[in-house]
Amino acid sequence: MTAPAAPPPVLEMVQVRVALPPGSDRPHALEALDLTVRAGETVCLVGESGSGKSLAAGAIMRLLPEPQVRMTGGTVRFDGTDLATLSEPAMRALRGNRMAMVFQEPMTALNPQKTVGWQIDEVLRLHTDLPRRARRARVLEMLEQVRIPDPASAINAHPHQISGGQRQRVMIAMALALKPRLLIADEPTTALDVTTQLAILRLIRELQRDQGTGILFITHDFGVVAEIADRVAVLRHGVLVEKGPAAEVLNRPRHAYTRALVAAVPALRPPAPRDFTESPVVLRAEAMRKTFAARGGFLSGRRKAVVAVDDVSFDLRRGETLGIVGESGSGKTTVSRCITRLLEADGGRVTLDGRDILSADARTLRAMRADIQMIFQDPQASLNPRKRVVDLIAQGPMVHGMPRAQAHARARQLLELVELSPAAADRYPHEFSGGQRQRIGIARALALEPKVIVADEPVSALDVSVQAQVLRLLADLRERLELSMVFVTHDLRVAAQLCDRIAVMEKGRVVETGPTAALFAAPTHPYTRALLSSIPGRDWSPPDTRHDAA
Amino acid sequence: MTILLYAIRRLVQAVPVVLLIMVGTFLLLHLAPGDIVDALVGDMGGADAAYIARLRAEYGLDEPVWVQLWIYMGKLLTFDFGWSFVHEQPVSVILFDRLGTTLLLMITSLSFAFSIGVALGAIAARRAYSLTDNIISTLGLIFYATPSFFLGLMFIVLFSVKLGWFPVGGVQTIGSFYTGWDRVIDIARHLVLPTASLSLIFLAFYLRLMRATVLEVAELDFVRTARAKGAAEGRLMIHHIMRNALLPVVTLFGLQFSTLLGGAVVVETIFSLPGLGQLAYQAVTQRDMNVLMGIVFLSSILVVVVNFLVDLLYARIDARIELT
Amino acid sequence: MSLADPIAPGGATPTRASVFWRRYRRNRAAVLGLVLLGGVLAMAALAGFYEPGNPLRRAAAPLIPPFTDLAVPLGTDQLGRDILAGILHGARISLLIGLVATLLSIGFGVLVGAVAGYFGGWVDDVLMRITEAFQTVPNFVLLLALVAILGSRIEYIVLAIAIVSWTAPARLARAEFMALRKREFVEAVRNLGVGHSSIIFREILPNALPPVIVYASVIMALAILLESALAFLGLGDPNYASWGNMIGQGRAVLRTDWYVAAIPGVAIVLTVLSFSLVGEGLNEALNPRQKKG
Repeated sequence: MTAPAAPPPVLEMVQVRVALPPGSDRPHALEALDLTVRAGETVCLVGESGSGKSLAAGAIMRLLPEPQVRMTGGTVRFDGTDLATLSEPAMRALRGNRMAMVFQEPMTALNPQKTVGWQIDEVLRLHTDLPRRARRARVLEMLEQVRIPDPASAINAHPHQISGGQRQRVMIAMALALKPRLLIADEPTTALDVTTQLAILRLIRELQRDQGTGILFITHDFGVVAEIADRVAVLRHGVLVEKGPAAEVLNRPRHAYTRALVAAVPALRPPAPRDFTESPVVLRAEAMRKTFAARGGFLSGRRKAVVAVDDVSFDLRRGETLGIVGESGSGKTTVSRCITRLLEADGGRVTLDGRDILSADARTLRAMRADIQMIFQDPQASLNPRKRVVDLIAQGPMVHGMPRAQAHARARQLLELVELSPAAADRYPHEFSGGQRQRIGIARALALEPKVIVADEPVSALDVSVQAQVLRLLADLRERLELSMVFVTHDLRVAAQLCDRIAVMEKGRVVETGPTAALFAAPTHPYTRALLSSIPGRDWSPPDTRHDAA
Repeated sequence: MTILLYAIRRLVQAVPVVLLIMVGTFLLLHLAPGDIVDALVGDMGGADAAYIARLRAEYGLDEPVWVQLWIYMGKLLTFDFGWSFVHEQPVSVILFDRLGTTLLLMITSLSFAFSIGVALGAIAARRAYSLTDNIISTLGLIFYATPSFFLGLMFIVLFSVKLGWFPVGGVQTIGSFYTGWDRVIDIARHLVLPTASLSLIFLAFYLRLMRATVLEVAELDFVRTARAKGAAEGRLMIHHIMRNALLPVVTLFGLQFSTLLGGAVVVETIFSLPGLGQLAYQAVTQRDMNVLMGIVFLSSILVVVVNFLVDLLYARIDARIELT
Repeated sequence: MSLADPIAPGGATPTRASVFWRRYRRNRAAVLGLVLLGGVLAMAALAGFYEPGNPLRRAAAPLIPPFTDLAVPLGTDQLGRDILAGILHGARISLLIGLVATLLSIGFGVLVGAVAGYFGGWVDDVLMRITEAFQTVPNFVLLLALVAILGSRIEYIVLAIAIVSWTAPARLARAEFMALRKREFVEAVRNLGVGHSSIIFREILPNALPPVIVYASVIMALAILLESALAFLGLGDPNYASWGNMIGQGRAVLRTDWYVAAIPGVAIVLTVLSFSLVGEGLNEALNPRQKKG
């Protein structure tokens, strides 16, 4: 920010207050929010889930879900005009024209029944008098600008026919078609893979440079903040706790909450390598294959067979953590389901302590399941909502023959091990927060004292601060119980924290395997390199403030 | 071309269902007490055992069950449903004679129920929880709970007996020999009350579903996107909400057709319309099993055909369905 | 700090029943439905007190209009039968037939749907083709055929109604099971080594049940409508008083004494209405997905 004179503010929020309906966990979603966005700058509004950051966008666009949630105080000025004084038609004339918005889920944010071209064109039809031919030219131009391949045919495509990243490009084309003064981007890259995310962030920056748009960028991810922000504002429970230039907030956070959030971002510093060459192999996968067949053929319509896992082999030694890293569609989740035989693999061998899992008969398999347990991604979906916590944890041991009383006593001990109060035992899952539920999931996996734990994205559904705690718990348990773990993740930062070795998967194949530190320092495969260079904020290391945040 | 392939695929999918229905009607005929020969013999007023046995052999009734099934299915394929001893005619002749009236009743009832139901449902959802919505929703609930035969009777009391606006029954005025437009108007007047009593419950189905889906779609992300683009409410409704909310209603349209056809039995009986429904009722009281099974099969085929057409329509209007 | 501590649970959470009632009560129409349902139940309960004998006997002079003679408050039909007695006893039959037919069709439908949805593959294909075949035959036509073959005994009528109405709960249960079997908690228990029948009945079924229970009220209403239509056509069990039959009888004197058909008709409408209203209330209380103001 070395501009000679600060450009005029596009957006000024002064003491904005948004009320929640009675009976919510707090009276106000936003409490006296002050925020300014100037032309050509990017302001990141950062907060965890429930901080009220998305409602700030609603307050600006005057699209809050009224009357339950409504603005009760303060002013929002856009280009100097107090938005509260505008009529609804005048407001509509601004939306999509002078102020535009991009949402998180590109999957659902586009109308499934209309073509991409129609939906971009709608903006032009609403706000301009251009004749049809000129509008079409403009739509094509926009598609080209957001780098959609073959715009002439993409214009007639329906949203389900293009990829998630392309859909988000379409959203951006729609938002920027009329060169708005203000762009509000609400977690626009959260649902995307890292490589796509980086491309979209770059695209937004580039278009901003050309058009001088002011951007309010809402996110929870400090990596993304480091990538794109000029200035940062941190929101906690609707209260602005800190704001300042990006470099300042990222490297020298002042408020305790910001410090804790920044400290919770996993650093890209792999732990000191541990040596496992002496340890015995507990789990070995050899030439595993899985194809999702085209179902039904003639009767149900032809769908191409998808090779999800193609010739995957790896060893896991006792006490070791193997990371399986890849983007969506790489086959990493299928691998986790095949080695636990929740899915039947088509070929290859998986041996657990020398015994083959894939060919085990039903009875043997049942016994073997005690030795290989899973931790799932979604702590909400992985616990049966109709069972008490103690029953959830004790179920495994009881299925394998432990008497009820003993299993329940063990379940209570496990709760303590995962740092939950023993009183949690008699409650139902919905009474817990996401991080707490994931602890219950971990306790359930440990209840059978398995030899191997397969963790499928165990922290990706959690807020950063909670994520850090669960990761720390896993690392701690791993030391104490000498667990061997297969850790599936899309997040290289998380993988760097916990994994001794990493296998990188792309399109069903393992393209590179190596000790974490070596792989991060000198990736050999081009895909690994692309992945590593796409990590948002890779050049920024969170300052080590852990000691004063704890 | 792709739509043709899709159509062929849907037709092939319908084959096992039709086969199962054939087997089902065969089993029902077998379960029914007495067979053709019993009926024939009963008609003749008795016969000796040797003659009965010869008759059985003639009709193939001494063959193993699966051979009989095979023969029966072959006959069904050519719409040969056997002989009606009550009407002294081949069953297929009687059925096709009656089909037109039923189809006419179906078409008028469905178009009325669908168009009005969808419109009222959309209006109710648009003004959700207002007085308009409450009135429409209450009407919907009452129609939903009223059996068509009761509605029909009360319509007769009010509109035919007390007010004299519409005829009590039949498809046309007997002995009037109208031609051209006069005949069309005469038939239309006869169809008003049956159509109303049959369609109101279905109107309620569409209304309730439409209201619910419009409310649901209105909450979806892409509607929020359109709002953020600056689209006004009317535009949101027409281009974004209705387009998507209609899809489940079209699906229900296909599913409900078979229920509607069942409802025709009662309504045709009340209003003395000479259709398949009235015939089905007469067949039960006269124990004319061949006619009854013929109706079961023919009406099922009708349902299969309508569902096939609805599938094609759905594939045209839902952009997400890949035809290849 | 919001770095969440492991919970220290405190404060009583409300019981499931009270949460359920609070949500149910929010819908005033549903409360009205409950009142109506109570009324119908009371009618069925009072039948024996009002007319302990045969409600089909001749009680007074024929065709007494309602509200004119205290001995027969709702009047008599053309055979001199007491309409009120018929209404009260008819409530019993309607509820009985509705309840048993609903239990049968839901039980069978859920079983088929659960197996099809859980196992998928060819099992699903076969079961769904059969379900489709049943759904394709117009239900009332099939009902007529079944009654023609089985006869008009009340047990057979119940069975026939169940046979024509199990398909919708089967499809519903199948959809629920298909969605739930992919949920991670099912994978989790599979991974613990729990067997299929345990997973179907102990893990998935309790979670799949709420929409099915809601749908039971629809089936109940449909079953009552089907029975009354049969009885209206004179194909019901002649040994029991039935609302549909009373309407059918009233048709003969419709031009002059329309109340004979109208009174039982209103009884049917109110009963069916009560079930749909209760169903809506259950839906909002059990599946609180759609929020409203």
